[in-house]
Amino acid sequence: MQKINHDFETTPVVIEHPVECEAPNDQIAKESLIGSNIKYAVVGVLFGIVFVKAEIISWYRIQEMFRLHSFHMYGVIGTAVGVGMLSVWLIKKFKIKTMQGETVVFHKRQFHWGNVIGGFLFGLGWAITGACPGPLFAQIGSGFLVVIVTLLSAVAGTWLYGLLQNKLPH
Amino acid sequence: MLEIIQKPWPWYVAGVLIGLTVPALLLLGNKHFGISSAFRHICAACIPANISFFKYDWKRERWNLFFVGGVLLGGLVATQFLNNPNPIQVSEKTAHALQALHITTDNELMPASIFSFENLFSLKGLVFFVLGGFLVGFGTRYAGGCTSGHSIMGLSTLQWPSLVATCCFMAGGFVMVHLVFPWLMRVL
Repeated sequence: MQKINHDFETTPVVIEHPVECEAPNDQIAKESLIGSNIKYAVVGVLFGIVFVKAEIISWYRIQEMFRLHSFHMYGVIGTAVGVGMLSVWLIKKFKIKTMQGETVVFHKRQFHWGNVIGGFLFGLGWAITGACPGPLFAQIGSGFLVVIVTLLSAVAGTWLYGLLQNKLPH
Repeated sequence: MLEIIQKPWPWYVAGVLIGLTVPALLLLGNKHFGISSAFRHICAACIPANISFFKYDWKRERWNLFFVGGVLLGGLVATQFLNNPNPIQVSEKTAHALQALHITTDNELMPASIFSFENLFSLKGLVFFVLGGFLVGFGTRYAGGCTSGHSIMGLSTLQWPSLVATCCFMAGGFVMVHLVFPWLMRVL
């Protein structure tokens, strides 16, 4: 974890960049609030449409997956992993740069027991809610407004993890 | 054309499009695919409470919040304009198994007997919304990622801890559906 001292008295230690977080922003070039970020919202919209149209947000599809009654979800995740792997391989092989001309950064993951314990707990929640974090947002957009409660509870769960992080086995 | 789009999309179309999110985010600006991080950024932005885990420059990670905002909007667009007019097709075996648990299969993507505001202040609501959401938020952060960060991004970059995490996600789901659900639905 990178620690940088700032002058603010209220926050003596600030992590500049949450590196242990799985979705870091590695861009060096400065970003403006709307101009730079709007493109991620566009990708998000397309992604959300796919979630709904392929019924990935459906509670029934998740039930079918865990009951091994349908190939659909396995097909979706398997194909996505295949396409992702091929793209990452191509980016590495041809040293494809980002739009800003920067080298694409990859991070090595360190194993910790949270992968197992936390992973298992998430699996329990996935089967109950019928949604992983992405579909939660798409379910709300689709009009299942009660899922807002689920989302708030997920934020609370994340907060509690932050509070207990140093006391949990890793 | 619209008719084809309105029908449920097959797994290979969805799989390819979701897989393409990985290079899209990387090439648009060195961003790593992962959605559960958004929960952490929301905590860091709204309720940091002096917890060191939430003390970082969340504004630098704003793109992630734009992304999930987009996902929500995408859900709205798909449902409002590209909605499938036909009832959802659920596998016969699953429909049967759910019926035994007194969950009827209706036409929507989510069973109305569970996901409605009427259940919010009942034991059912407590389990399906509050406990379920809590496990998703706590579990993903403890695991360091969710289906997108570990199962798709992590496996795409050949990280073995992500494979371990993915197997544990699945194990948790199987245990919930096969061991806990039959008991749980009797109590609720």
